[in-house]
Amino acid sequence: MTITSTNPEILSVLDRPNSYIGKAVPRPNLDRLTQGRGLYVSDMELPRMAHVVFLRSPHAHAKIIGIDAAAAGRMPGVIAIVTGKDLADVITPWVGVLSHLKGLKSAPQHAIAIDRVCWQGEAVAAIVANSRAVAEDAAEIVSVEYEELDAVTDMRTALDPATPVIHPSLGDNLAFERNLDAGAVDAAFAASDEVVEADFVFGRHTGVTLEPRSVVADWNPAEARLTIYQGTQAPHMVQNIAALHLGLEESQVRVVCKDVGGSFGIKVHIYADEMATYALSKRLRRPVKFVADRVESFNTDIHARDHRCKGKIGVKRDGTITAFEIDDLTGIGPYSMYPRTSAIEANQVVNLVGGPYVTKNYRARARVVFQNKNVMCQYRAVGHPIACSVTEGLVDLAALKIGMDPVEIRLRNLIADDAYPCASPSGLRFEQLSHHAAINKLMKMMDYDALRAEQAALRARNIHRGIGIASFIEVTNPSAAFYGVGGAKISSQDGVAVRLDAQGSVICQTSITEQGQGSESLTAQIVGSVLGVSMERVRVILGDTDNTPYGGGTWASRGAGIGGEAALQAAKVLRNNILDVAAAILQSTPAELDIVDDAIVNASDGSSRIALKELARIVYFRPDTLPPGIQPELMATRHFVPREYPFAFTNGVQASWLEVDTDTGFVKLLRHWVVEDCGTIINPQLVDEQIRGGVVQGLGAALFEKCIYDERGQLTNANMADYLVPMSGEMPDIDIGHVVSPTLETELGAKGAGEAGTAGAAAAVANAVNDALRPFGAIISEIPLTPQVILTALGRI
Amino acid sequence: MTAALSISLDVNGERVDAQVLPRLNLADFLREHLKLTGTHIGCEHGVCGACTVRVNGEIVRSCLMLAAQTHGAAVETIEGLSDSGEIADLQANFRDRNALQCGFCTPGMLIAAQDLLKQHDAPDRERIREHLSGNYCRCTGYQAIVDAVETTARARIGRQP
Repeated sequence: MTITSTNPEILSVLDRPNSYIGKAVPRPNLDRLTQGRGLYVSDMELPRMAHVVFLRSPHAHAKIIGIDAAAAGRMPGVIAIVTGKDLADVITPWVGVLSHLKGLKSAPQHAIAIDRVCWQGEAVAAIVANSRAVAEDAAEIVSVEYEELDAVTDMRTALDPATPVIHPSLGDNLAFERNLDAGAVDAAFAASDEVVEADFVFGRHTGVTLEPRSVVADWNPAEARLTIYQGTQAPHMVQNIAALHLGLEESQVRVVCKDVGGSFGIKVHIYADEMATYALSKRLRRPVKFVADRVESFNTDIHARDHRCKGKIGVKRDGTITAFEIDDLTGIGPYSMYPRTSAIEANQVVNLVGGPYVTKNYRARARVVFQNKNVMCQYRAVGHPIACSVTEGLVDLAALKIGMDPVEIRLRNLIADDAYPCASPSGLRFEQLSHHAAINKLMKMMDYDALRAEQAALRARNIHRGIGIASFIEVTNPSAAFYGVGGAKISSQDGVAVRLDAQGSVICQTSITEQGQGSESLTAQIVGSVLGVSMERVRVILGDTDNTPYGGGTWASRGAGIGGEAALQAAKVLRNNILDVAAAILQSTPAELDIVDDAIVNASDGSSRIALKELARIVYFRPDTLPPGIQPELMATRHFVPREYPFAFTNGVQASWLEVDTDTGFVKLLRHWVVEDCGTIINPQLVDEQIRGGVVQGLGAALFEKCIYDERGQLTNANMADYLVPMSGEMPDIDIGHVVSPTLETELGAKGAGEAGTAGAAAAVANAVNDALRPFGAIISEIPLTPQVILTALGRI
Repeated sequence: MTAALSISLDVNGERVDAQVLPRLNLADFLREHLKLTGTHIGCEHGVCGACTVRVNGEIVRSCLMLAAQTHGAAVETIEGLSDSGEIADLQANFRDRNALQCGFCTPGMLIAAQDLLKQHDAPDRERIREHLSGNYCRCTGYQAIVDAVETTARARIGRQP
C-alpha cells in the first residue's frame, strides 16, 4: 500500500482541531453496499409496475416497412406493444446540438424509431408486460419487415461524394468541424531539425458499467406527476429534459437517484430508450421499469473514442519542440447525443493536444462524421486519452529521432512551474500547474535510472521491457463555459443546504450525486470539519430533485471542487448562525466561542460550554427562554459556480513498466506510477482510488477494449466474453504520488481527480510498448495493443 | 415443458418451498421471488461474477444455474453471509480500504474472496488476483480489493500487516 499522501494545512477555515480534511476516513454507509443491502434501480419494485423490453433493429440502416405485433399482443401477460409512431403522441423528438459548437448539426431523434432505423440496436417497438420474461417472449414473435439501406460505417469514407448521406436534410455526413491555427506553424516546421509524423488509431470502446442502465418511471395521473428512479449522474438535467419533451412543467417531474452501479460518463446522457420508458409510463398510467441487458448495453450505451488522428511534431537538435499539428477524424454514429452532443470529444482533442508544453505553434483540424453505428458521446476523460496519446506519442517519436531520453525532452519543453498563470495555444487558461515538480517526483518514485539499467540488462537476455512516460493536463471544475453557454440546461453550479437538527446532528442536502466516487464522504468531511461536528453526526442526502438544491451533479471531475466549495460555504454560514445563538444563550459573543467535538467551547481555552444537542433542544423546543429578538436560523444554503476560470486545469504524469512477449504479442503490465496535482486533497484514499480506477479503465483501452464492427455495421462482440475488460489477474499495482497546487478561486482549493487516471494511462502504455520494441524498429500508434497488432508490427504475422 | 416445478431448498438457513418455471435461473429466483437483491446481475452469461452465491458450500454463478437445480440444496447469499458474521472482518476491511466504489460487484467479490480464504491461509497477491479474476470490478482497478483480502488473510492467521 502506498497511501502516504498528506495535505498541507493551508486553509484557515479547515485548519481546525479534528479536521477531516486531508484524512483517509472511510466513506459513510458502506456497510449497506458490502452487505448487499443497497438499493439500485434494478432492485426496485412498485405496485402495478410493468416491465418494458425493446425490440431492436438487427440492421445498421433500414426502412421500417411494417410492424405486425398482433400475435404478440394476444400473449397472456402482455400489456401493450407500442411503436415509435404511437409514442410520438406523448413525447417529442430532440436534436443534440449546442450553439457554442459552431456549425454542429444533427437530425431529430425519436424515443423509438419511426419509419427508419439508423444503427443496429435502435429500438423499433416497446413490449410492455407484467414481467420481463413475458415481454421478451412476446418480442420474439413481433414481426418487423425491413428494407435494408446502404450503411455508412467507415469514418474515412463518410464524407466521400459517393457515400450515401444518412440524413439527407443535413446535406452531408459532416456533423462538426473545427479548425485552429495558432502561432506560426509552417515557419516553425521549416525551422525544425526534424519533423516526425504518425497516424494514431483509437479503438471504439464503451464504459461497461456493471449495473446496466436502469430506470423506473412512475406517472401518477392523479397527481399529474412523473417520478423517475434512475441511475443518473445528473438528476436535474434529466428532470429538465423529461419535462421538456413530455410537455410537463419541471415541477411535475421528480428524479430520484439511489445507488448507481457504475457510471463513468455512461449515465450522464439522455438515451432514447429511457425517454421511451418515461413516455410509456405516462401513456399507460402506471410504473414501467426498463433494465438493459448486457447485449443492449453494448449496442446502446454510448461508445467513445474511435478517432483516427494524423499527428506531426517539429523538434530541434537541442530537444526544443517547435510545433504540433493534428488532423483528427471521428465517427459518432447517426445522431449527436442529447443534450451534451457528440462533438465535445473532438473539440477537447483540439483543445488539449500539446497542452503541457511551451510551444505556441499549433494547428489542428477535427472532423466529426455521422455513421450507422451506435451513438458516441462523453465517457470518462472525454478527449483526454486521444490528446494525451497523440501528444506524448509524438514527443517520444521526436526524442527517438534526435536520440534524446524521453524524460529529458519533456523536462526541456514542459511549461515551467513558475510560468503561471498562462494560456495554451488553443486559449485554455492555466491558473497553476506543476509539470516539473510532478515529473521529478515520478522519476524518484519509479527510480528511473535503475529501471533503465534493468531494462538494458534484460535486453541482453532477450527480455523486452519498456518504460513509457505521459504528461497530461485535465479539465476539471467546468463552469458554464462547458454546456450552459451553448444553450443546454445543464447546471454548472451546485448547492448545499446544511441544518442542525433537534438532536444536534447535521443534515446536509447536496446537488452533487454519488456513484461510488465518495461525494457523500467529501461532503460530510467538509461540513464536519467546518462546523466542528463529528462526521458520524453528519447525514448527507443526495440524488433527489425534490429534496436537494438545484445543481449539475457529478461529472467532468466537478463534485469535490464545486459541490465541495458549496458545502464549505454553507457550513460556514451555519457555523456563524450557531455561534450567534450560542452567544445569546451563554451571554457571550460569537468571537469568544468555537465549536469543537459537537459542543460549543470557549475559543480561548477550549473548555466546554454547551453541547450542540442542548443548544438544539433550546432552539427547537424552548425558544421562549431565548432573549427577545433572537430568531435562530439553524439552516443555511449556499451555491457555488466557478467564474474566474472556465475550467480548473489539473496536471499529472504517468509511467508504465511492462514486458512484451515478442513471440506471442502479449503485454504484461509490471508496474504503473502516477503523480497527480488536484489541488487540495480532501480524502487521500478516495483520490488515490479514483486515480487507480481511472488508470485501469485507461489500461483497458490500451490493451483490450474495442467494439468490433463489421463492414455492414454489425457489432460482433456485444457480450462480456468477447469484449474484454481488465481483470484483476492482469492488472499491476499502481503507485500514486501528489503535488498540491490548490486553486485560489475557492476557499477549499480542490480541483477534480476522477479522470486523471484515464487521461494518461493508455499513452504511457503505448509509449512503453514502443520503448520495449525499439530493438526491432517497430513503432505502433494504434490501441488497443492486442497481440495481433503487436505481432503484425513485428512482422511475425 | 413449461409447467412449474416444486422445489424445496435451504436459503440462508431458512427453508424455502417454491413453484418455479424450469427456465428460471437461480439469480432471478433469489432476486425476484425471494427479494434477496444483494445478488446482482451484471451480464447474465456467467462472465462478470456479480451474481456469485454459494450452493452447498461451493461458489457458483447464479445466472448460470437453474432454480430447479437447487432442489434440496443449501444456498447462501450475501445477506446470509452478512447476518451470520462469517465475513464481517472481510467486509470491514473492504470498507476501511475503500475496496468498493459503486458496490455493484461487491457482494460477488466478497463471496469469491471468502472462497479463496477458506482454501488458503496466506494467499499472496498474485494468487488473490488470480482467484478474483472471474469477478469484474469497473470502479476500483482491483488493487484496493487485493489489499483488503490480503489484510484479512493476515489477520485471520494472527499476523498483522
